[in-house]
Amino acid sequence: MSTATFDGGIHPRYNKDRSSAEKIRPLPAPAQVVIPLSQHIGAPAKACVKKGDDVLMGQTIGEPGGFVSCPVHSSVSGTVLSVEPRPGAMGSPVESVVIENDYAERLAPMEGLGEDWKSATVDQIKAAISSAGIVGMGGATFPTHVKLSPPSDKPIDTLILNGAECEPYLTADHRLMLEHSDRIVTGMKIAAMALGASRLIVAVEENKPDAVEAMRKATVSESADVVPLAVKYPQGAEKQTIDACLRRQVPSGGLPMDVGVVVLNVGTAAAIAAAVIEGRPPLERVVTVTGAAVSKPSNLLVRVGTPIGAAIEECEGDLARTGKLIMGGPMMGFSQFSVEPPVTKGTSGILLLEHKEINLREPDPCIRCGRCLRACPMKLVPTEIAAAALKGTPDQISAADVMDCVECGSCAHECPSRIPLVQQIRLGKAAVNAARQGKG
Amino acid sequence: MGQTENKLYVSSSPHAHGGISSSRIMWTVSAVLLPAAGWSVYLFGLSALMVILSTVAFCAVFEAISQLMAKKPVSIRDGSAVLTGLILALTLPPGLPIWICGVGAFVAIIVAKAVFGGLGQNPFNPAMTGRVFLLIAFPGPLTRWLVPSGTGETLFNHPVTAYDASGSLVELGANNIDAVTAATPLGLLAENGAHAVAALENSTEIFIGQINGSLGETSGLLILLGGVFLLARRIISWHIPISFLGSVALFAAITNMIDPDHFAGITFHLFTGGVMIGAWFMATDYVTSPMFPGGKIAFGIGCGVLTMVIRLWAGYPEGVSFAVLLMNATVPIIDRYTRPKKFGWKRMAAAAKGGE
Ligand code: SF4
Ligand code: SF4
Repeated sequence: MSTATFDGGIHPRYNKDRSSAEKIRPLPAPAQVVIPLSQHIGAPAKACVKKGDDVLMGQTIGEPGGFVSCPVHSSVSGTVLSVEPRPGAMGSPVESVVIENDYAERLAPMEGLGEDWKSATVDQIKAAISSAGIVGMGGATFPTHVKLSPPSDKPIDTLILNGAECEPYLTADHRLMLEHSDRIVTGMKIAAMALGASRLIVAVEENKPDAVEAMRKATVSESADVVPLAVKYPQGAEKQTIDACLRRQVPSGGLPMDVGVVVLNVGTAAAIAAAVIEGRPPLERVVTVTGAAVSKPSNLLVRVGTPIGAAIEECEGDLARTGKLIMGGPMMGFSQFSVEPPVTKGTSGILLLEHKEINLREPDPCIRCGRCLRACPMKLVPTEIAAAALKGTPDQISAADVMDCVECGSCAHECPSRIPLVQQIRLGKAAVNAARQGKG
Repeated sequence: MGQTENKLYVSSSPHAHGGISSSRIMWTVSAVLLPAAGWSVYLFGLSALMVILSTVAFCAVFEAISQLMAKKPVSIRDGSAVLTGLILALTLPPGLPIWICGVGAFVAIIVAKAVFGGLGQNPFNPAMTGRVFLLIAFPGPLTRWLVPSGTGETLFNHPVTAYDASGSLVELGANNIDAVTAATPLGLLAENGAHAVAALENSTEIFIGQINGSLGETSGLLILLGGVFLLARRIISWHIPISFLGSVALFAAITNMIDPDHFAGITFHLFTGGVMIGAWFMATDYVTSPMFPGGKIAFGIGCGVLTMVIRLWAGYPEGVSFAVLLMNATVPIIDRYTRPKKFGWKRMAAAAKGGE
């Protein structure tokens, strides 16, 4: 039987061996945490604490700024030092709550549903998830309670747990599946109940046979299928995972719910379990710290708000040897100016690439070799989108299907002329968005 | 932690690259052509070597000049001009005067490529343009097929099978008289019909390449092996070569079946002239061929059919370079109509219908 997969995609160097055998270990909480009020897609949270306030660990410090938004919690107990813009992972400053850690670990009162969740109502479960501020932990950071609330005309029959972890280097989800498979399965069952989904699938790339095994064991008594997926990037992209598991294609411009599916990252499932059963918001997350400039590649359990510098120090990352510092993976992560930005709910990795690994070459002209379009999982023609983005009108750019691009980076990874296709495509998207807004 | 002296480089994702470069592709393709080039030197001696070296050198020089004039960085090292030179050389007959090689290189690099804006912008295959120009401008020298002589021009003393003007098969030994002008198998076919080349059908000579012709036309086998290597390395895809060769074979089979006296068979057409090198190395030029799988197949079939039509019914005995050039002109149209459907188009279409 051939393994499930999708059309297109690439085979980057995975480099997961560095950290995949490293057990998750906690990084001590820092003296100061910087907790951005926007760690999710949607409206930023509104700060509900001010300078000088005493806060408890797990206390809500930012209220959601709308339905597509999330509350934010303090990951330590201590005193609020300031509420101010601080360097964020995306380059620009983000309004953040800075808290001095008193190391007392005074926990805010948490009300979980306990094992009673099975008899709870769907609304109770969604409320627990929503007030815990859970977002897509794979990096997409879309508020989970929104994902679990599809409109009534879009019934969901299938819930897919995504453990593909196709980004090179990252092993956080892999370790989570090995060490916390039961928790993940509990989260899956809770989400399935909230959605009314009858079919449960756990999708794992087959380069993690131990994780496939662990998830199989954890689901023996459940009606869930563990589906090994072919090792190919971006196998874990939502639409590609659905295509591989179910042979259903999410329509262009649509969402997984349009084909009756919701996809949750395994880390999100684990967070759901904690939120619903213990009432505990995600105060920490697993982060893979790795790369050639890191002597002790690790999977760390890091408090949200910890500056990435602390994690780098713990893993003996050598900044002098580092040419590029990336939050996330090498394909979709964000390169950083400094070690200041904090770990957020969506930070899956911290990657230190050496100078010799980074590409400083000027691009050559496009030779129409077709590698970018063979690589594209969305079956687009990246070279034409990029060309339109550089020279075309917004209408021409959007006619090149720029909005279907998921920015996975496969095209640029394969381009022999090293054309910054994704960067040009992003500019194209911005131009189209600006034009659409202009039209109102 | 804290500030470091070291500068962190910031750029848009992705931060990893597969490592393939345009220049590596060009040099690989060039390297793959070397056995065939070497074989022609083995057969024809210095007269072949001079054509190869001078054409490649002229192409490199013209590339440098054009880039200096356009105030662009000189990119000889990317191998694209060298590859053009090598392919052009392999379509030329041994012993061609060096200055004619220079004219061909000028047309290929300056007229067909630089004028259009350089690498990636040219609609027509530069090497093919160069060859076709020479064929029209210098029909004599371009169709004077040299056979190795024993007068010291050859590097190796090796017998070569050749055809004299009447179509008889002669084995030319090391001590044969001066360079002889002899007809190529395709020339014979065009003039005298299939019976004139009957001896050649299924002969190992045409397969291995001990026949007279342009440098790269002599060894279909080495070209085929090179092409398969490029296929295995995924530098080219199967679509163009297979549809090109397949349509030539089909065309040959049908015409041969109708009138075996007049039309030669499959092996003859596949392994003589420029079909092999054309299908694997010329029609597959990225810049001047379609980008999408369906388009590549249409393009390959077009090349194959045009080649056969020219071979069998037009004034020239060989039609590969004309066929490829003609098909080059159709690439924008082919690309427009063979674009693959994007992910999720089906349900989008269904939803649009259902919604109305
Ligand atoms: S065009 Fe977009 S979706 Fe396609 S490969 Fe490039 S980044 Fe990925
Ligand atoms: S991979 Fe690069 S060179 Fe090849 S067609 Fe795409 S953009 Fe052009």
